[in-house]
Amino acid sequence: MKHDFALNIHHLPRVEGHADIKITVRNGKLVDARWAIVETPRFFEIMVKGMSAERVPFLTSRICGICSISHALASIRAIERAMSIEPPAAAEKTRLLAMQGETLQSHALHLFFLVAPDFTGTGSVLPMIHSHPDLVRAGLQLKELGNEISSVTTGRCTHPVSLVVGGVSKAPEKEQLLKLRAMILERKPALDTACSFFQSLAIPDFKRETEFISLFNGSSYPSIGGRLISTDGVNRDENDYLSMTNEYTRDYSTSKFTKLSRESSVAGALARFNNNYLLLHPKAKEMAASFGFQPVCHNPFMNNIAQLVESLHILEDAEELINSLLDMDLRNIKTTYTTKAGSATGAVEAPRGILYHHIETDAAGKVVKANCIIPTTQNNGNIHNDLWAITEQALREGKNDREIEKLCEMLVRSYDPCISCSVH
Amino acid sequence: MMHKGTTFEKLKIASFDFTCCEGCQLQLANRESTLTDFLDLLDIRNFREISSEQHNDYDIALIEGSISRPDEVERLQAIRRQAKTLVAFGTCACFGGVNSLKNRFSLNELAVEVYPGMEVETGLVKKISEVVKVDLSIPGCPVNKEEVERIVVSLVTGSQVTLPKYPVCIECKAQINTCLFDLGEICLGPITRAGCNAVCTTGKTPCLGCRGPAEEINMAAFLELVKERGLSENDLREKLAFYNAFEGLYQP
Repeated sequence: MKHDFALNIHHLPRVEGHADIKITVRNGKLVDARWAIVETPRFFEIMVKGMSAERVPFLTSRICGICSISHALASIRAIERAMSIEPPAAAEKTRLLAMQGETLQSHALHLFFLVAPDFTGTGSVLPMIHSHPDLVRAGLQLKELGNEISSVTTGRCTHPVSLVVGGVSKAPEKEQLLKLRAMILERKPALDTACSFFQSLAIPDFKRETEFISLFNGSSYPSIGGRLISTDGVNRDENDYLSMTNEYTRDYSTSKFTKLSRESSVAGALARFNNNYLLLHPKAKEMAASFGFQPVCHNPFMNNIAQLVESLHILEDAEELINSLLDMDLRNIKTTYTTKAGSATGAVEAPRGILYHHIETDAAGKVVKANCIIPTTQNNGNIHNDLWAITEQALREGKNDREIEKLCEMLVRSYDPCISCSVH
Repeated sequence: MMHKGTTFEKLKIASFDFTCCEGCQLQLANRESTLTDFLDLLDIRNFREISSEQHNDYDIALIEGSISRPDEVERLQAIRRQAKTLVAFGTCACFGGVNSLKNRFSLNELAVEVYPGMEVETGLVKKISEVVKVDLSIPGCPVNKEEVERIVVSLVTGSQVTLPKYPVCIECKAQINTCLFDLGEICLGPITRAGCNAVCTTGKTPCLGCRGPAEEINMAAFLELVKERGLSENDLREKLAFYNAFEGLYQP
């Protein structure tokens, strides 16, 4: 079918932040497809200059309203490595549990509030409260559980209070941990409800081979720190983050782009799944199998399913983390330290993928230089290339303008972009 | 909507974000156990982050974020023309927030350092009231959803919206926390407006003043306290500047 059309989605809805999708087709041929982030830059890397290291996590957590715990912990890890500070074991466990809470909350928000309406044909989750009450209830239960884990471990679910350089300022109380464990057990059925819903959906059939990047530690599913690896065989030290990202700019986007071995690469749940499948909890692997989902999967829409599989892994892992915290002395939670000059990278697996903070301090412990590389920045190139490929495929299949528009929106949403974050 | 024999109109509300992290809007979707009741009070006309359905016939506009680019000024002015009640929603909107820390640097220098070789438009960070008239301010980084719920109920029932006048210190003492000054920390709890339930100090980290000054604060006595305890003036300055919420109340 020969046709002309120009798709211009200004401020794409149901994603975090402001970005446009532009597609131009002439005589049935794609002439331009672009993913243009128009978010206002905030310049956190400059704001942080001259600030005392201990205050930095409170500032950098404000980069993102969804993954503030990840930002706080990336900064904390960079500073602790720069100043050779060893946090106590109980603090490390508390931080791991906090990461699980944040990821569960973020995945639930994405899957139920942002993605599900594409499949139910509603503009938002609001009509689904009446049309799909069980599904919405399940989503809210999981989101609330994620937030509760974050609150118990960090004092609040957005912009953490007690994550500090040297450890944590306040440990979770054992009674709170017991309640949390009971809540996890009680909410496992919500994930079954979610799983049945997603199994009933027709996930778009599209793939484009690419490179997936994530953290890897060889013993547990990645969260805080580790080696930097890719499905193309790259394996580097955490401090080598610049050679993993090779940032560059495009004049129509205030969010930067990155690349590694190919023109573009991917970070996020699907990348973690593809690189760390063997380290998932057996029940999470079972869930993946029920979708016929195996590594290495090159369908970007399966990032949604990877988030669902990770949610199950999180419920199992959080239970184990709580059990070990219950056996620990929760009085020893913070190491005292003296500030010194140094520089290091802190890499964590934020909900949307690998997040790097690199921080350099002077002898007084003030920040001299900082660099933050965000998961969405690392996905921009791939989103852009996928928009080309999926539009070309859709044109070959004879899809009409409206179908192409919907497919492009769904494609971008499946990456779960965190746009404010990427324009920090 | 009927409640106990009285009819209430749902609030025709919209939510917009500017230079920010979107964390305040996200609070609207938190406190999940009361969420469906909360949503029953609202007729959401425009909320891009969660909905593709967008209408421009709202009465109340929640504005999250500060203003730092000319296109944001235009967008905000258009919202002001439509909204009967414009709400500065969160610390960035009320005071400029952490974004204001950028204003210490030259705009040209920071753009060149972060975006080498690329033209990027950016201006000085402004709070919402520097650009348009604000009818109601709800501070907090992020806003406290419980307080937002209370304010929404006040708006629905037409009763007066109030924020606590007293400082965070009162809420902190009510929780029987050890005073952070006694642990050698500067805490802005004595001068910051309450309403957060002292969440930071209960987590044993000092208050950084995200809710701005309480009413009738005694700044001189507070500064005297810091001096008397021999605490660092640099630390004090860094804390007071963190959210730009004490502008004009302190000259080092």
